[in-house]
Amino acid sequence: MSEKIKSWPGTPLGEKEIKEKRILVTEWQPNLKYAWDTGAGYGRDFAELKKGKIVGTKCNKCRRTLLPARLFCEWCFRTADEWVYLKDTGTVNTFSVAYTGTAAERLKVPRIPALIEIDGSGGVAIMHLISDVDPWKVKIGMKVKAVWKPKQKREGAITDIDYWKPI
Amino acid sequence: MRKVAVVGAGMTKFMRRAQETGKELAWETAKLALDSCELTVKDVDCVVMGTAPDAFDMVHMKHEYLSDGAGAWRKPYVRGVLGGGTGVFTACQAWYHVASGMFDVCLAVTEEKMSSCLPHPQGAFVTCWDQFTESPLGTSLLWFFAWEMNRYMTSHGITEREIALVSVKNKKNALHHPCAQLPGEITVDDVMKSEIMAWPVKRLDVSPTSDGAAVLVFASEEVAKRITDRPVWVQGVGWCLDTMYIGQRDLYYPKYVEYAARMAYDMAGIKDPRREIDIAEPYDPFSYKELHHGEGLLLCDKGEAVRLLVDGETQKTGRQPWCPSGGALGVGNAIAATGVMKVAELFWQLRGEAGERQVPGRPRRGVAQAWGDEMQVGTVVVLGV
Repeated sequence: MSEKIKSWPGTPLGEKEIKEKRILVTEWQPNLKYAWDTGAGYGRDFAELKKGKIVGTKCNKCRRTLLPARLFCEWCFRTADEWVYLKDTGTVNTFSVAYTGTAAERLKVPRIPALIEIDGSGGVAIMHLISDVDPWKVKIGMKVKAVWKPKQKREGAITDIDYWKPI
Repeated sequence: MRKVAVVGAGMTKFMRRAQETGKELAWETAKLALDSCELTVKDVDCVVMGTAPDAFDMVHMKHEYLSDGAGAWRKPYVRGVLGGGTGVFTACQAWYHVASGMFDVCLAVTEEKMSSCLPHPQGAFVTCWDQFTESPLGTSLLWFFAWEMNRYMTSHGITEREIALVSVKNKKNALHHPCAQLPGEITVDDVMKSEIMAWPVKRLDVSPTSDGAAVLVFASEEVAKRITDRPVWVQGVGWCLDTMYIGQRDLYYPKYVEYAARMAYDMAGIKDPRREIDIAEPYDPFSYKELHHGEGLLLCDKGEAVRLLVDGETQKTGRQPWCPSGGALGVGNAIAATGVMKVAELFWQLRGEAGERQVPGRPRRGVAQAWGDEMQVGTVVVLGV
């Protein structure tokens, strides 16, 4: 290390110092609430999900499907040309067997988050969950189908698809 | 554009939880870096700050909070944020402040205090993702890496045991780093037996969360030659952002890192990075990332990084050492400060000041890289003597 540096700053603390309250801390738990507008692109997406359909948009110049559906193509920077209905089946692009939740808390029963290439989109994948299968039997390339929530429970959200199940 | 040198560097220990506040960490490190090149805050013309999401501290606009510790008052001051890519980008940013001719001495300060976020700083990331299509799934940060590691392994037929060798190598390299948080002698079996976080990612494949700061001093050629006889020149910088729609890019290869690397290599006049670069500090927050990024940095063919690793070519004594510092896996991962820790490692290695970590053969050129934002930004710096 640089010869001029003899000691390195920083005072590491352990669990003990905190549990025994040997150091002073100030705590705050924010209470924040937001309402996000879905916008015109996602708005149509979610309205279709409520009906049990997956929709995308197409850029005919780049010849690709935009998924999640949105109003403009970011590559050629034009308005998307049309809306297209896609199938509710797909292929596992990649997946994980996750024993951790959002705040790194441990889960007893693992979840199987995956990227799923939606049939009819030309290989574009969405983020979702696989279930109803032994997690250690899931493979990249496996065919899966959407399991929809019952109609009355759908609220116009990505979670209107309950999960994806191997077929 | 003017030539720019790195003339000083400093860092704190990387720690799970530091007693110091963020600004205390920033101050101690900025002072240390300035002392190391015998400059004072009066010699500093401008300050750039690198610190990643505000959500870690829940201090909004935390560059303001950190600004006195960074020596920024009554000076031009700016913060760049590229998530995990911030640290190396802070060096890019300092470079263009000086290269432009506007400033002669620029202090580049990076700080991260992740421990304030309870119960775990991973929870802060939930506010980073798409609030309609991603966060509602109960998304965990680790999913992204698990998906990418799985795709990378499956595309190339690489095993978890082979990837585990990165953790073994880096934690061992970190044994000689005075600031390291998690150095150690571990085996491939230890990695394989460690807790599954999000398969294929296991606990020992993951870098820790850390508190820490790291600072570099950048100077114009004229100033650098006046104050040191061993300037380390910034030869190239590059950065690039890819699509945020994760299902729209193939995770097996970091194209954005390649684009950033090509930008930096073009500037440095590097035609063959495999031969013309002596040491590399690819970003290694996860074991597979060192390999994945090494490929993006064009240091080997796609899928071949694991062969270099298994053959020992990326060991400290190998043909082209990767992460001689011990990397994020060994030294720790204080996000923005990790990027600067990596650039500082090149600085020390190229000056022959890395002590017990010094790689043999008088290295003359190195590349450091970081990665972040929504896991799709690459930032690259090439230093040389």
